[in-house]
Amino acid sequence: MREVSIVGIGQTKAGEHWERSMRDLAVDAISAALKDAGLESADALYVGNMLSGELTAQQHLGALVADWAGLEGIEAVRVEGADASGALAVRQGYLGVASGLQDIVVVCGVEKTTDADAETALAAWSSALDAEYESFHGVTVSAMHGLLMRRYMHEFEVSREDFAPFALNAHKNGVNNPNAMFRSAITAEAFVKGGMLADPIGMFDAAPLCDGAAAVVLCPSDRAGRIASKPVRVRASGVATDRLALHSRRDPLFLQAAYASALKAYQQAGVGPSDIKLFELHDSFTVMAALSLEACGFAERGKGTRLAQEGAITLQGRIPISTMGGLKARGHAVGATGVYQIVELALQLRGEAGANQVSGSLGMAQNIGGSGATAVTHILEA
Amino acid sequence: MNVPRFWRTERTRYGLVGEVCRVCHEPIFPPRDVCPHCTEAGQDVHQFSGKGEVYSYSIVYEAPAGYTENQPYTVALVKLAEGPLLTAQLTDVDNDQVRIGMPVEMVTRKIKEEGENGLIVYGYKFRPVLGGASA
Repeated sequence: MREVSIVGIGQTKAGEHWERSMRDLAVDAISAALKDAGLESADALYVGNMLSGELTAQQHLGALVADWAGLEGIEAVRVEGADASGALAVRQGYLGVASGLQDIVVVCGVEKTTDADAETALAAWSSALDAEYESFHGVTVSAMHGLLMRRYMHEFEVSREDFAPFALNAHKNGVNNPNAMFRSAITAEAFVKGGMLADPIGMFDAAPLCDGAAAVVLCPSDRAGRIASKPVRVRASGVATDRLALHSRRDPLFLQAAYASALKAYQQAGVGPSDIKLFELHDSFTVMAALSLEACGFAERGKGTRLAQEGAITLQGRIPISTMGGLKARGHAVGATGVYQIVELALQLRGEAGANQVSGSLGMAQNIGGSGATAVTHILEA
Repeated sequence: MNVPRFWRTERTRYGLVGEVCRVCHEPIFPPRDVCPHCTEAGQDVHQFSGKGEVYSYSIVYEAPAGYTENQPYTVALVKLAEGPLLTAQLTDVDNDQVRIGMPVEMVTRKIKEEGENGLIVYGYKFRPVLGGASA
């Protein structure tokens, strides 16, 4: 197996792109990433996307995006794992290069949620859950996390307000990310007063669905130095799944897939949580941020909110999270999110994060599908 | 219209019919061919009692397409008396009266309609046990 490095990154702003279609956004991100790498072609393309089929009746994205992006004829395929589609596409690209069968690989995560009305997009997103036994009953992704959050509050004796630091931190960091959907800080008062989506999930607990695309170019590490001035090495890549429906999980309040994929990644890189300097976690909801920290060994069970309250998650803290706004403030362009996380981590490790710069050479990104049934963890090094 | 899809799961949805594994004897809901507990194939049909308690709940204010008529409604994780957890709407109860631990029982109710001329789909919901202890 070869070592793999990231030699090019690109992203569109995350937000509402009325003038750009899904294929337009994919081309924007891929063109930027190839330009960043100083390359014009690739051996393979992996496209991460969840909703295109349901919202715009467009499948077959591997071929479509390769065609539109000027990569005619190359091996191309779309990868799907609900919200984890982006990182799963990165994983496939990583496997392609690591195996020795592909040299230059482009990975693009792209999502367009605003071509449909909100209720339709919400229903489509909820296909991440169990269609027969969860979403069939009118449960949305938000309501599923409402069930999680309510049980978390009950078992660990915390209140809604205890989750506020996750939202406040994300929005504060979004201010300095020119590609973030939301770029203003929020107060603890605003958090508490925000309207309910699925009690106890309030407006400021939930990441916004949006449009966006992000892309990376991968190549073997022993070639990376000739292509890029600041290649970023993929030290580890790990994937795990868990029982799809929340009600089937052995322990609903433990993200088993997040834990298992992080464990694989830690073992591959030969590191532990104390070596990780920043963590782009899957803050689709504040409760997911808390559970992710617990599953990955940064906080004990039920203590994720306390870690946040202690300030450990800020840029100055012991384990900065959502350093460019996270899903919460940068936005959740569903199938693109996993690639946004990698791009943002790469920016940090290249020292190009601007006002949000965190010091340290080892970072982790974790992308989760649905309520925790797929988890993809990558560890990157400067 | 999804007739075959809903016809297939009628017994499960109308009567809370699940399974018990022949090998490890764990209750299984909903039914499936590979036991989630021991991965063996081979289950016996089992009629669950319909009794359980609220393990968690959430009041849905933003319903997805097809479910907006009844919003806000409460969805819950219900822990069945036999052990398994399932997901269902609560019914016959005010949203603000729901509590974790509340004893509930299964009833068969309308879940949704597939348009004005389409299929009406029924399934299990849970209501507070009549005469049960209040929270």
